[in-house]
Amino acid sequence: MTLDSGATAWILASTCLVMLMTPGIGLFYGGLVRRKNVISMVALAFLCYALVSLQWVLCGYSLAFGPDISGFIGGLDYFGLSGVGMDASDLPIPDILFAAFQLVFAGLTLAILTSGVAERIRLSSFVVFGLLWTTLVYDPLAHWAWGGGWAASLGALDFAGGTVVHISSGFGALAIALVIGKRMGFNESSMAPHNIPLTLLGAGLLWFGWFGFNAGSAIAAAGLASNALMVTNTAAAAGALTWLLASSIHGKPSAVGMVSGAIAGLVGITPAAGFVDVTSSIIIGAVAGLLCYLALLWRLRKGFDESLDAWAIHGVGGLWGAIATGIFACIGQTGLLSGNVYQFGINTLDALIAVGYAFIVTYVLALVIDKTIGLRVTEDEEYVGLDISQHGERANG
Amino acid sequence: MKLIKAIIKPERLDAVKSSLEEAGFLGMTITEVQGRGEQKGISLQYRGGTIEVDLIPKIELEIVVSAEKVSDVIEAVKKGAHTGKIGDGRIFVIPIEESVKIRNGEVIKE
Repeated sequence: MTLDSGATAWILASTCLVMLMTPGIGLFYGGLVRRKNVISMVALAFLCYALVSLQWVLCGYSLAFGPDISGFIGGLDYFGLSGVGMDASDLPIPDILFAAFQLVFAGLTLAILTSGVAERIRLSSFVVFGLLWTTLVYDPLAHWAWGGGWAASLGALDFAGGTVVHISSGFGALAIALVIGKRMGFNESSMAPHNIPLTLLGAGLLWFGWFGFNAGSAIAAAGLASNALMVTNTAAAAGALTWLLASSIHGKPSAVGMVSGAIAGLVGITPAAGFVDVTSSIIIGAVAGLLCYLALLWRLRKGFDESLDAWAIHGVGGLWGAIATGIFACIGQTGLLSGNVYQFGINTLDALIAVGYAFIVTYVLALVIDKTIGLRVTEDEEYVGLDISQHGERANG
Repeated sequence: MKLIKAIIKPERLDAVKSSLEEAGFLGMTITEVQGRGEQKGISLQYRGGTIEVDLIPKIELEIVVSAEKVSDVIEAVKKGAHTGKIGDGRIFVIPIEESVKIRNGEVIKE
């Protein structure tokens, strides 16, 4: 394909937009934890990004997008990005730009997962876990959906990463949370967010970056990208309002609830952004807001300490988004509402397999690391907080 | 009239508030403070050396009651704040000369 300068410019910009989502999720999470762990939470996001950046150029990109091996994983032909050049081949943008655009997704995904280990993870163990997780969970899932793997061959639709990014990180967060155990004093003492404005700022950066995430996934600067941007924004707004409304039935309309709903809507529309129209996006976003809120309430009732709700928002929202794509697809593809039962079936199946794979592999990986080098900090370290114990720094003086 | 000043672990505050409520004591003032006891804080051992956390965040509660209720308050604070581990805190009892309600000027001396 010949190189398209318009598309190249837009994907360069989108890559930068999506990069900003990683510190965004760090700030979103950072505001939700107790003051003694805020540096740890934001630093984990940066750490994820730096780790995955190196892993991706060395082997991650090749495992995800290298020549297909049995539909499961890519070969190591592009190890160290060898052969990934400045010219366009299959897409109208330089190969190396596509690799960079995909890199920022991989970095963000690991950062979303840190929700499950908030306020109790040992930094050195997380480095090992993170590198293995992105290699064993993210890279295969990216290959299945986008790198010529089995899911794509069977026709499962995932426009910008509902299964690859959100199901994987959400269900991964739940699995590792179950292995690492509850925070000391969970359900006994208050663990109220220490800085809600920080969380709102993080959510704002996520919403902003999501335009690159979804509209960039069109890999074109044209109509499809524009539609993706519009449905993305619409779903976010619908999610924000339904969660706000639902939470106001239980108490006051919460600001954290509103932005959580926006993120739920954004997650829900992610796999569908290139395939649905604006009216469908209102439904997808609104249902995502409500469903993720109910998932959060269920999680609290069950007493699971998946601390910052990556499972409720990204896991459940991603699952809904994948199914909804199979229902509402009407642009370039057809879904259940257009009479395509197969699309609905294959999207649902693909999502459920991703749920199972992400949960089981994460659980086993976390268990192995916990039994060998230990995932969790000591009681004293947890008590004084990870900012001091892991970083030797304090947020405020 | 006595001032009871209790320094407790921040995560025990909810438990102390409810044990005080159960015993019928509702009024209190709390302050976020930092401090250390005889152990001089906590030191964390690492391969690269030691990190001293010599001032640990605590909550200070102040409760003013008539002299005969002091032991009830102390029991309630102990009940809520006790974990049996180092750093559970201290309770001090200090005499108060008088207390004035700003709204209506009521003066209490006993």
